[in-house]
Amino acid sequence: MDRVSAAVDNFGRSVLRNVEEMGKILLLFLSVLSWMFRPPLKLRLIFKQLEFVGVKSIFVVILTGTFTGMVMALQGYYGFRMFSAESLVGSTVALGMTRELGPVLTSLMVTARAGSAMAAELGTMRVTEQIDALYVMASNPVKHLIVPRVIAGVIMVPILTIVSDFVGIIGGYFVGVIILDINAGAFVKNITRYVELDDIYNGLIKAAVFGLILSLVGCYKGFNTTGGAEGVGRATTEAVVLASISILISDYFLTAIMF
Amino acid sequence: MIRLIDVHKSFGKQKVLDGLNLEIEDGKTTVIIGKSGGGKSVLLKHIIGLLKPDSGKVLIDDVDIAKLNDKELNEVRKKFGMLFQDAALFDSMNVGENVAFPLREHTKKKEDEIEEIVRERLKAVGLSGVENKMPSELSGGMRKRVGLARAVAMLPQIVLFDEPTTGLDPIMTEAINELIINTQKNFNLTCIVISHDIQSIFEVGHKIAMLYDGKIVEYGTPEEIRKSYNPVLTQFLSGSLEGPIAVM
Repeated sequence: MDRVSAAVDNFGRSVLRNVEEMGKILLLFLSVLSWMFRPPLKLRLIFKQLEFVGVKSIFVVILTGTFTGMVMALQGYYGFRMFSAESLVGSTVALGMTRELGPVLTSLMVTARAGSAMAAELGTMRVTEQIDALYVMASNPVKHLIVPRVIAGVIMVPILTIVSDFVGIIGGYFVGVIILDINAGAFVKNITRYVELDDIYNGLIKAAVFGLILSLVGCYKGFNTTGGAEGVGRATTEAVVLASISILISDYFLTAIMF
Repeated sequence: MIRLIDVHKSFGKQKVLDGLNLEIEDGKTTVIIGKSGGGKSVLLKHIIGLLKPDSGKVLIDDVDIAKLNDKELNEVRKKFGMLFQDAALFDSMNVGENVAFPLREHTKKKEDEIEEIVRERLKAVGLSGVENKMPSELSGGMRKRVGLARAVAMLPQIVLFDEPTTGLDPIMTEAINELIINTQKNFNLTCIVISHDIQSIFEVGHKIAMLYDGKIVEYGTPEEIRKSYNPVLTQFLSGSLEGPIAVM
């Protein structure tokens, strides 16, 4: 009986801890909103983050996007060949990329690259008292450190998603038309017939939400780091795990609402 | 004038400040001593509003900073400069940008004016021509000196020093002490120094306060402190294992 009550106790505690954490992240979000539009805008810091989150992620996004499109074409071909509908491979790849895989894979890659870096950088600033130094110099760390990163996340993840969608379809075309010999005209025609602009827009809205999640979680974990180098490591890991889980869970709900 | 009245602070079950009273004189250097982990940094963080007391008052020029909102607190903080233990320089900025940071944030000075001030402050701490170096390229002593230049960039009234000489060699320790004394004199600052380096304490302090068990147990001029028979103080100054301060 004791063991059961201890297990319930533990479960309850972990639920409470998680709910508390969600609340704190929401409060951080509100604080970001309230600081975002207060001048001065600190454009230099924002552009630095836009470059870090966006420009420097392009290579990994192109790589993952292309291969995802390629493998989808391969798998799709295998399925559609059974009832001689190979020409539908193109639209399947395009719909899959724009609605789902583009935004999700891009944001997971950016989480791994930039979300983790946000947690590590802010965590190091916390344990080396640089964040305290900002407070002491009467500068708000949310304005200075978190707002530029969140703006970068929300703007750049959708842009990277566009890149990912594009190279994914190109990858699919390469495998479908050039390797598997699907008719090129039918491949492209079916894409334009079945993919609507709304598919793309909704994917981009998802991407913006994921960008918000990954930057907010990365900053929150880094900002609240305790316990030296080990703490920074822990914060980084937790940021990647929490952001990835949140992206995948919110993906379901966003899809259910929008499509 | 800085006054702490009956300040209590606990972290979980651990009581760190337990009814602490302290008055810091204007235009003087007050050194706060006490054992490691005894709450000295916590005390310092209360003075600048990084921590709020569970109960009691922290008065800066008769304003209780525990009751201020962020905006008001920032106004009070502009009276302060602080040198952190490891200098806390922003490692994404070079030395010049670090020292210029508070000037760019809070003044409307022109760039060449700011550059002139940065050059002056760095010269005052014995560092010239290092503006373009990154903090990671500097030695511990140099980092602290840059930290001090940044702390006095805005000509504050009050400067806080969190263990300024910890981890430095004897010569650099002496250089930093000299720098604290000169800076205090030149800018007529109120300085609060946390230290457990016995030699430095008597060198830089006009007043010395001993923190023990969450309270100030002894306060006086270096002469008075030297002559004190308070067992906590005599044990601390002599570095003895025997006495009221538990070692382990």
